[in-house]
Amino acid sequence: MQANVEFEKMSAKRYGSGPEILTDLNMEVMHGEIVCLVGPSGVGKTTLLKSLAGLHDITTGTIEVNGRVMSGPPEEMALVFQDYNRSLMPWLTVEGNLKFPLRHLKLGRQEVSHRIKAALKEVGLERAGAKYPWQLSGGMQQRVAIARALAYKPQILIMDEPFASVDAQTRFELEDLTRSIRDDLGMTILLVTHDIDEAVYLSDRVVVLGGQPATVLEVVDVPLGKQRDQVETRATPAYADLRSDVMRMIRTASSASRA
Amino acid sequence: MTLQIGVPVFILAIWWAWSNSSSNPFFPPLSEILVRFRELWLFDKFLSDIVPSLSNLVIGFAIAVLLGVILGLVFALVPVLEELLSPLIHFYRAVPSIAIIPVFISLMGFGNEVRLLVIILAAFPPTWIATMDGIKAVEPQLHEVAKVFRITNAERVFGMFLPSALPQIFTGLQASLQFSFVVMIATEMLGSSVGIGAMTILAQQSFASVDMWAGIVLLGVIGFLSNYLLGRLRARVLSWYDKSKALQLAA
Repeated sequence: MQANVEFEKMSAKRYGSGPEILTDLNMEVMHGEIVCLVGPSGVGKTTLLKSLAGLHDITTGTIEVNGRVMSGPPEEMALVFQDYNRSLMPWLTVEGNLKFPLRHLKLGRQEVSHRIKAALKEVGLERAGAKYPWQLSGGMQQRVAIARALAYKPQILIMDEPFASVDAQTRFELEDLTRSIRDDLGMTILLVTHDIDEAVYLSDRVVVLGGQPATVLEVVDVPLGKQRDQVETRATPAYADLRSDVMRMIRTASSASRA
Repeated sequence: MTLQIGVPVFILAIWWAWSNSSSNPFFPPLSEILVRFRELWLFDKFLSDIVPSLSNLVIGFAIAVLLGVILGLVFALVPVLEELLSPLIHFYRAVPSIAIIPVFISLMGFGNEVRLLVIILAAFPPTWIATMDGIKAVEPQLHEVAKVFRITNAERVFGMFLPSALPQIFTGLQASLQFSFVVMIATEMLGSSVGIGAMTILAQQSFASVDMWAGIVLLGVIGFLSNYLLGRLRARVLSWYDKSKALQLAA
């Protein structure tokens, strides 16, 4: 089976110049998979994600999406940013924010309103369509940002520390939302996080980045089953073991990059 | 609210009382000014003088705004332009707009087009600079949103950059309106025979101080009303901005 996304011998520089931050990076993401990228802070997780989104030029190697070497933002992709209050447009209502990226797709009126309704329903905001984002709580604003990405109907959803600016309770809800989106819509989800618990809970696989310049250190399979529960899954020995494994890897990675 | 209305009314009452018995030819009684105001402007000179002045103000301001927004947009999107021309822009802005009026009058005569042109040239820079700054200050993450969702260039400009810059653009508009108004009066005072400014300066030169005051009162009223209208427009268009800012402050 062909991979949905494939990185091949990819390298990148942080600001387009200076030393390489990522090097010789090989990685595959399969269709419908949730993959979390973890690693010590500053290792280049976001650079990797932005490269995939077409927001950052890579220096060597290739990134293939559905077997196509990408140049520029791929059409099958949508991105959820960390800061909802900077990525949503405050002059548009929630519906307006969802509708805006759809304009150039030249969809029919019905299709647009259907997509918006479905996306808002998926994130549990059916009744907030006429509100402005700044009238909502932080967690709800991030749901709007997720809904905007869903309405775009991407095959691949990438998320850059999407739950870093919400409180713990909301965070759990949004993690479950992310898994249910994948289950409902079959999207491939690639997510950057600095939270190891979150990575293990969410993922089918965890990819650990490390080194200087960084590359893929380990890929950890997470066989915790399809149905996960914030209380029960996190209480299983398997979860605890995986969590310790990943934590150990990151610790090794950060001491290696400091040396 | 009571104070906002009460204080001006109180001041007018003092003016009325103080000037009522005035025999000073330069400060005639307010009652006489108001009578003259009605005789002159409502509606004897309305078509001949008020309408030309107002049309210059409105047309000049509108063209200046259009020009300012377009130039601001171009300069923000092509940064090399600003780098090359920035000293020139600042010099141009530093020359008092009224100082260039004689140049145009001596070069091109007294025609109405010249007056309009001077209003536009004086009034567009604030909108220009504000638009440029506003668009350069667009949240960098919105640029990334635009790229990821493959938003077209036209939609970026009209759907993202301009709305995002609108709060700044409106401060530019307020300044541009002031310039339009001042220069509109100045062009009429310097070499014109029609318009409120011309009537006012003519009254002053012929010692008709009641008429002069009536002109000044009218100019004040127009200045106040035009600002008020722009403020109302701003409040409507930018209600999202004011409300979200208020919410931020409250939090």
